[in-house]
Amino acid sequence: MITALILNIVTLCSIAALAAVVLYMVSKKFAVEQSALETAVFEVLPHANCGACGKAGCQDFAKAYAQAGTEELQNLYCPVGGRKVMQKLAALKGSGTLSIAPTCAVLRCNGTCQNAPDKMVYDGLRSCRVANDIMSGKSGCPNGCLRLGDCVQVCQFGALRINPQTGIPEIDYHKCTSCGACVKRCPRGLFEIRPIVKGQQVYVACRNKQKGSVARKNCTSACIACGKCAKLNSEIVVENNLAYIPASVSPIEYGQKLADECPVKAIHYRKDIVKGESHEG
Amino acid sequence: MKAKTFAIGGIHINKHKLSANTKITELALPDVVYIPVKQHIGAPAKIIVKIGDKVKVGTLLAEADGVFSANVFSSVSGEVAKIEEINNGQGYLETVITIKREGDVFEEGMDLTDNLITDILDDKEELLRIITRAGIVGMGGAGFPTPIKNNIPEGKKVDTLIVNGIECEPYLTTDGRLMIEKAEQIIIGTRILNKILGIQNAVIAIDENKPRAIARLHRIAKRYVGVNVQKCKSIYPQGGEKQLINAITGREVPSGKLPIDTNCAVQNVATVYAIYEAVQKHIPLFRRVVTLSGNISHPCNYLVRIGTPISFVLKESNIPLEKVGKIISGGPMMGRTISSLEAPITKTTSGITVFLEENSYKPETTSCLRCGKCVDACPMGLMPLNIRDAVEHNEFQNLKQLHVQDCILCGSCSYVCPAKIPLLDYCKIGKYELSKLQKKA
Amino acid sequence: MFKMSTSPHINSKQTTQTIMRDVIVALSPAIFAALCFFGINALIVLVTSVSSCVFFEYFLSRRLGLKNNTFDLSAIVTGVLLALNLPATMPIWMTILGAFMAIGVAKMAFGGIGKNIFNPALVGRVFLFISFPVQMTTWVKPHVLEFFNLDAATAATPLASLKHLTVAEQFNTDYLSLFLGNIGGSMGETSALALLIGFIWMLKRKIITWHIPVCYVGSFAVCIFISALLTGSARFDVLAHILSGGLLLGAIFMATDYTTSPMTKKGKIIFAVGCGVITYIIRVFGSYPEGVSFAILIMNAFVPLIDRYFIQYIYGTGRK
Repeated sequence: MITALILNIVTLCSIAALAAVVLYMVSKKFAVEQSALETAVFEVLPHANCGACGKAGCQDFAKAYAQAGTEELQNLYCPVGGRKVMQKLAALKGSGTLSIAPTCAVLRCNGTCQNAPDKMVYDGLRSCRVANDIMSGKSGCPNGCLRLGDCVQVCQFGALRINPQTGIPEIDYHKCTSCGACVKRCPRGLFEIRPIVKGQQVYVACRNKQKGSVARKNCTSACIACGKCAKLNSEIVVENNLAYIPASVSPIEYGQKLADECPVKAIHYRKDIVKGESHEG
Repeated sequence: MKAKTFAIGGIHINKHKLSANTKITELALPDVVYIPVKQHIGAPAKIIVKIGDKVKVGTLLAEADGVFSANVFSSVSGEVAKIEEINNGQGYLETVITIKREGDVFEEGMDLTDNLITDILDDKEELLRIITRAGIVGMGGAGFPTPIKNNIPEGKKVDTLIVNGIECEPYLTTDGRLMIEKAEQIIIGTRILNKILGIQNAVIAIDENKPRAIARLHRIAKRYVGVNVQKCKSIYPQGGEKQLINAITGREVPSGKLPIDTNCAVQNVATVYAIYEAVQKHIPLFRRVVTLSGNISHPCNYLVRIGTPISFVLKESNIPLEKVGKIISGGPMMGRTISSLEAPITKTTSGITVFLEENSYKPETTSCLRCGKCVDACPMGLMPLNIRDAVEHNEFQNLKQLHVQDCILCGSCSYVCPAKIPLLDYCKIGKYELSKLQKKA
Repeated sequence: MFKMSTSPHINSKQTTQTIMRDVIVALSPAIFAALCFFGINALIVLVTSVSSCVFFEYFLSRRLGLKNNTFDLSAIVTGVLLALNLPATMPIWMTILGAFMAIGVAKMAFGGIGKNIFNPALVGRVFLFISFPVQMTTWVKPHVLEFFNLDAATAATPLASLKHLTVAEQFNTDYLSLFLGNIGGSMGETSALALLIGFIWMLKRKIITWHIPVCYVGSFAVCIFISALLTGSARFDVLAHILSGGLLLGAIFMATDYTTSPMTKKGKIIFAVGCGVITYIIRVFGSYPEGVSFAILIMNAFVPLIDRYFIQYIYGTGRK
């Protein structure tokens, strides 16, 4: 009895010892070289492994960040961590202050149910990408929001929702991480990641390239390319029957003026955007 | 004769060929026609008329812009009223030439009699030139400019010409009627194509459910060299180009390649008839046969001038529009719904299917049973339910392995699904996302 | 305003509900046979099983926040199949427990219809079989058309007799009663005739294809036949093996369950042959006389793998 007990204990212990030796050898032999910086960067990252940065995951991002030169650093941005994380990373890297301004996604369409009333009934899979293939949209605008919410579905942060009153998606600035998933998903390219300057933004909420008279038939808020905004600031481009306000136009200086000037209210001026704390830094 | 069919998948559907025994009748002329400058795949034709110009039936309105384009002719006589952009039915705008009709005067040189002309010009280049000039495009639905199909590129050869008389779409009967009423003309048209391609091996493929057409064409084809008639099983989508090549020759179009890579050329029956009219009778493409069918009291086949507004066709046949829920340009399997009745009949409109309000609803989707009926049905051997999973879970990188790019959009999967899942829609998203992914790479 | 919708604009008339309805119709000869042979006891088990399956389906879909699919009739099919797999003398509370295992654990816990890995009715049966082996193997003697005969004289199943047959003995049940079902066994499995009628109906209505039932029974028969050739024992009576036990019920109604069987024809054949061989192994070498439910459940676990490796040939990719 006792012998059997001892035998068991000895056998199991020797197996354990053997396994420990094997594990040690393997971990030495197949160890992955990881610089201290890479480990530190990885620790700071949010560990969501979402791939929104364009890398395969947080580990991959950390590796790229640790090895990146000054130029490559510009293209490395963790949208989930936002500014706060990027500033910590910059401190780790010792690359000085961060030049990236806070941003968020904006919807460049104001084709609400009121502005652009329905002209057809859509009956099919609730997906913008399918609807885009078979029709111009319920309102008839070939560039406008299809109101079926593919962007809401793709947003991992719950920053988008379809407003039941207007029918078009709304962006929750607190939650938006500027990951760009909606930009990629929208079949009509209506989303744009735009910088926020002191909580303010100004942009043209229309992508319709039809002539003003045609566009107005479908939507009262369509840009008619009257050019009034371009007169205020020469940087504003009006081409293909559509105005575009570049990010360099300061919303603080021009925002209110532009919004007042636009006869169809296609220029949206937002002055109270408060980003969530983790992103503002 | 044993009926041939393709190797993979396919579904049996009720064909509803309501107008199969209705003679083709000429539709009255509308007061205004809208003639789109782009009725084909490729570049829009260049407009060569001005507002106010007087035109006759068969006057060239717009000229082909390069090889990948086609001429566009006036279908009525009258005055060019406007060059405008109108709703193409899906809500998108397309450029049309609007003509106000006055009388019905034809350009000179057209032979509008029913006389059959059997002798064919011997000049291959000249024949091709006539077809190019007549603005003929694939009339089965795709609108691929016909001259390109028959101009064989260097290093390729064609040994079989397949004339597609399958018409596997439910409701549509234009090809079936043409084969009964214009049988000999179609055979001569086929011989013209034989001559252009330099072969003596054409097969006219006809669906089993058209015994009259098979009998007629079979009898006439015996009198001519190089034209055979082949019966095919009545399975959807027998009329798909890839499926038909497989059924007739046993070959397969390699993934991502064109039919020419299997040494086959496929032409629709309506196209072949248009070729006959262009070459033998000097009539350019300004009219076509259109089936008007669906849940209506008098389904029929009309010979319609291109550019006739769909509203006019519906009004002429006294369809109570207030009860209509859905109007489809084409057949119910692959046709596109239209929202604006001003949209005109084009070279590729083979039919208009009208569904009443109560028949126009999509059934409610329930949970997938994983029954595999879509897998059995897919004529390309794809797995639609896996494509759906990949799309739903945003795993677009898997789509290439699932060969979603090979989907021919026939809709068999959506049709058979007992849970009524719109699988074709997911395949469309899959194709879209995959092409986006590949563009990026 | 006209509707804009994606093609195709027509759909087949077959829905989940009509499929399940057809399966119930296909099962009705077996139900009828069960009532004929086992009388009121069978009716009690059947009603208990069906009603508790439907109740669990409805209740749990509400509780778990799943889409309510109660009206697609699939719970009724599970209930009927479970009942047909039980002996007619099953206590009511055990039947209810079996129904809970079938619907609650095997189906709803996985996310409802179409998402389960194992056949729900078989999970219910196997659970009861392992938990209550005495009740589950007490087979009453059938009383043909004596509806209220409650005499519960037990009878050995032909399979058990086959199993314990020595080399010298002869098997002595006549094939006709095996075929008609006048033997001991669970409610639904005894009558081969009723099951075959159901099979033909399902084939005709295009609910199932022939692949799984034919390959299952075929591969099993081949295995038994080879054993018979090698040993010459009366234990390996091919016809008796096919007609007795749950083989036909399993091959026709259980192994063909959409969700838990492979999708492609190739996969179906692999799956069915696997079922056949495992059934043979359990029946011949195992300690249980019957192995159909275990065989199907084991192969159910392989279905995702089969679906992954036996895919359809894709047009234009070149046949190898």
